[in-house]
Amino acid sequence: MNRPTVFTAYRWELRKLASQKRTYIGIGAAALLPVLFVVVMAFQKGGPYDAPLGHNLRHTGIALALVVLTFASRFGAQLVTALVAGDIVATEDAGYTLKMILTRSLKRSQILAGKTLAAFTYVLALLAALLAAGLVSGLIAWGYNPVTNLSQDRISATHALGLSFAALGVFAIPLIAVAAFAIFLSVATRNSAAAIVGALVYALAQEALAALVHLDFFKHYLLSDQLDGWHGLFQTPTYWTPVVRAIWVSAIFTAVPLAAAFVLFLRRDVAGE
Amino acid sequence: MSANGALPLEARGLRKRYGHVVAVDGVDLTVHSSDIYGFLGPNGAGKTTAMRILLGLLRPDAGTARLFGRDPQHELPEALDGVAGFVETPHFYPYLSGRTNLELFAAFDGGDESGRIDELLELVELRDRAADRVGGYSQGMRQRLGLAVSLLRDPRLLILDEPTNGLDPAGIRDMRALIKRLAGEGMTVFLSSHLLAEVEELCSRVAIINHGRIVYEGALSELHASATPRYRLRTTDLERARQICAGEASLRELAVDGDELTFSADEQTVVGLSRTLAAAGLGIAALVPETATLESLFFQLTESHAG
Repeated sequence: MNRPTVFTAYRWELRKLASQKRTYIGIGAAALLPVLFVVVMAFQKGGPYDAPLGHNLRHTGIALALVVLTFASRFGAQLVTALVAGDIVATEDAGYTLKMILTRSLKRSQILAGKTLAAFTYVLALLAALLAAGLVSGLIAWGYNPVTNLSQDRISATHALGLSFAALGVFAIPLIAVAAFAIFLSVATRNSAAAIVGALVYALAQEALAALVHLDFFKHYLLSDQLDGWHGLFQTPTYWTPVVRAIWVSAIFTAVPLAAAFVLFLRRDVAGE
Repeated sequence: MSANGALPLEARGLRKRYGHVVAVDGVDLTVHSSDIYGFLGPNGAGKTTAMRILLGLLRPDAGTARLFGRDPQHELPEALDGVAGFVETPHFYPYLSGRTNLELFAAFDGGDESGRIDELLELVELRDRAADRVGGYSQGMRQRLGLAVSLLRDPRLLILDEPTNGLDPAGIRDMRALIKRLAGEGMTVFLSSHLLAEVEELCSRVAIINHGRIVYEGALSELHASATPRYRLRTTDLERARQICAGEASLRELAVDGDELTFSADEQTVVGLSRTLAAAGLGIAALVPETATLESLFFQLTESHAG
């Protein structure tokens, strides 16, 4: 018999996620949001023209997903991420399945690594659903036309489409950091509700701090600021500083709670029912 | 003994404390190859805590455990090679079917055991319900699925916590028959139970734990042999017989039970007593030795060590 690997744990975590309704509710909500946006705009004259790329709405469908993302980045994306990542270990505690899987041939580190990768994959799936639904509904409503970027320069629809994929990638990095903190809470509290609420409070507290503190130096190194890092891609020339900062600041915000989660998970007792 | 000469299960001085409560306190266990080893104790005696330590789920404050010579505290998952089982009720993913749960556990052991899964579903009589979600299973069905999940690993040592819990009478009979069969095929079985009749029926060796401490460990037959025999005595004059018995220094636990006396004594004392009764002119209607049941021995051991 071969030893199972991290990939074994990852594959089965994905299969477990795919078997639960909650998974589809999150992805469905991400896909529904751009469609609702288009419907609401069809019934009113105004729009979120002050939002980054918002002035493109009604002229091109390419910008829709990113405008929706701006609104989702304030609360919704963190909520859906926390719902899955905060639950991914704690649910095994609550369902008493942890004692079952920990007596098989996988190492504890492999089990947690599989769960972590699955939670991160879910974040990417969430954003992919939002982008796909945003592009389809945006293109149907407003067509495949050039975009005016944040420097007020016109860029081709195809270039903007490529940048949209890159922007989603940059946005995913701080969102993964939120997922990492939710996983840490899931391990530490052994309680799904506490982990989900705790991760949300963590994300919103950074938003609140960023709004209250007027020191740019401090603000730029909060996780909330990194959710806007993709804006640098839509400037001429490309402003790399916020993009690069989003990567390394988020990496720190990911590594620290994940390291703590692994230390706890490897050493913890699995106590009784 | 295993190929490397190590015992299937060996624990020395296991100790685990939760705050002020000492759950297990210096537990020693020795399980030999092909034993069906019973782990007995009242609720809260420390059985499950000890079993969790043996499976590497809990870290003891002191002591060592070895499974086929490997330490489940420091050598996981390798220490569990050849070992399978569960503590407390087995639990599964309720939104997955019984078969998918088995596939998951097979994958977590590094195998793709589709043929074996069919065989085990048949063995635990769940083949007809294999496609149903486990969320709809009864406790007895989950218990049987737990056994199937354990047997997936083709263990040489099977650790079971109250394996007949939640089973109906036919299920209990079948489970016991299966455990006997597995042991007959060379598997070592370590099972906890509070059902004394079950242990008496299945086990060759036992450990009795009370308040976290082992109060007996050894062969069941030796436990029976170590007990001072009890006797029932019926004579033609109960009160006179009671007075004579009370005068025998080596006779213990004298009691009146209806028109009979009961007491503990060794054989020599009983021979002497029968002569004394005859010399006093009493007719002996019955003087019957009683075999000590595991239940009476269990209560003697756990209640005399109480507190």
